[in-house]
Amino acid sequence: MVKFFGRFAALRGVSASFAPGKLYVIVGDNGAGKSTLLRVIAGLIELSQGSVTLLGAPTAREVAHRIGYMGHAPLLYDELDGMENLRYFAGLYGLHNDSVCREGMRRVGLDPDLERRVGQYSQGMRQRLSLARAVLHDPELILLDEPFSNVDVHSARDMAAILGGVRDQGKTIFVVTHQTALMEQVADEFIHMSAGKIESRRPVKPLRVAANTAGVDR
Amino acid sequence: MSTATVTRSTLLKDLRMEWRSKDAINSMLFFSLLVVVIFSFAFNPTAEESRLIAGGLIWVAFLFAAVVALNQTWARELRNQVLDAYRISPAPANALFLAKVLGNFLFVVVLEVLMAPLFIVFYQLRSVGPVWQLIVIALLGTWALVVNGTFFAALSIRTRSREIMLPLILFPISIPALLAMVDATTSILTGDSSPGFWMKMLLVYDVVFTAVCLLLFESVLNAE
Repeated sequence: MVKFFGRFAALRGVSASFAPGKLYVIVGDNGAGKSTLLRVIAGLIELSQGSVTLLGAPTAREVAHRIGYMGHAPLLYDELDGMENLRYFAGLYGLHNDSVCREGMRRVGLDPDLERRVGQYSQGMRQRLSLARAVLHDPELILLDEPFSNVDVHSARDMAAILGGVRDQGKTIFVVTHQTALMEQVADEFIHMSAGKIESRRPVKPLRVAANTAGVDR
Repeated sequence: MSTATVTRSTLLKDLRMEWRSKDAINSMLFFSLLVVVIFSFAFNPTAEESRLIAGGLIWVAFLFAAVVALNQTWARELRNQVLDAYRISPAPANALFLAKVLGNFLFVVVLEVLMAPLFIVFYQLRSVGPVWQLIVIALLGTWALVVNGTFFAALSIRTRSREIMLPLILFPISIPALLAMVDATTSILTGDSSPGFWMKMLLVYDVVFTAVCLLLFESVLNAE
C-alpha cells in the first residue's frame, strides 16, 4: 500500500496480512502513517498504489456493515444526546431496535437515560460513546484511532478491558495508540510503524496467555 | 436499508438539531429582514415601482439568505468529522443528499412564509395574477436554489474558504433559474404577461439539476 498526500508519502509500501479474531495494536511516532493505514482499511481514503482485501472483499464499501470505525475525532453530533446519536447511527446500519442502542450505552458504562447533549459530555464520556457507536452494529472488524486520547486512566483501563472482551467474542480489532501500557494485557500483536512503513511486528499473545495461566495457578 | 428510511431519519435528525440551535433559520431571517428594510428605505418605491422590482428583490434576498443556511448544512457534518461516520456506513449516499435538500427546502419555505407579509407591507404589493401560480413558482424556485446549493456546498466543504466558494459556484449556475423566478414573479405581480413559459423552464431546470446532482453526489461525498 502506497499513499501520497500531494508530494508527501504517508504510506511507503506497507504489505501485510492479518489473521481474524486478534487484537492488533499499532504504535509509532506522529506522522508514521498509523491513522492513514486505519483510514485506508476503513475505506475513507483511496490508495495511490496497491490494494486492500478486506474480509474477502476488494473494497471496504462492499463489507461496510461488517466494519466499525472510531476516528481520532468522536464522530458524534454535539447537539444530540447519547441515545439520539446511537439511534441515528444504528439506523444507518438498518438497526431500528432501541434496545440495541440502550445495550450499547450500558456496555461502555454510560446511562441510556442520561438526557445530556454530547456537547456537554466529558472527554471520557465522548470516547466511550464513540466506542459504543463504532461497535453498535456488531462489526467483525473494529478500527480504533487513539481511543484513549484525553481519557483519564480509569476510563482508559475500562475501555481496554471492553476491547479485550470484544476480541474474545471473535472480533478483529486494530487500535492505534501511544498508550501501549494499557494494551499490554489484552493485545495479541504490536505493530510498530515508522515513516510510512511497518518496521516490526511483535506477537504478545504467548506472554499474555502465560501471564493468565500463572494467575490461575496461583 | 432503503434510501427513503435513511432520508427520513437524517431529515428528522437535522430538523431536531436546527430546532435546538436555530442557527440557520435565525441567520436567514435576520439577513432577509435587513434586505427588506434597507431596500425599502433606500429606494422608497411607489406601489407601481414596487411591482416592477419586487420579483427581483424577493428572490435575490432569498438567494443570499439561502446561502447562509446552505453553509450551515454541511458545517454540522464536518464538526467532529461526523461525515466520516456516514461515509463508512452502508447507507446510500443519495439518502444524505436528499435529506439535506429537503431540510434546506423546508428552512427556506419557512423563511418565505415568514417574510412574505413583510414584503407585502413594505412594498405595498398585491397580486394581479392568480396567487396559486405565485405559490408554485415559490416552490419550484426554492427547490432550484436548494438542490444546487446543497450540492455545491458539499463540493466546497473541503476547500479552505468555503463560505466564499459556495456563492462563487452557485450564483452563476443559478442564473437561468433566477431569471425564470424573477420574470415569472414579476409577470404575476404586474399582470403584463403569462408566467407559463418561465414556470415550465423552472420545472425543467429542477428535474435536470436534481438528476445530475443525484448522479454525482456519491463522488462528491467520497472525494478526498
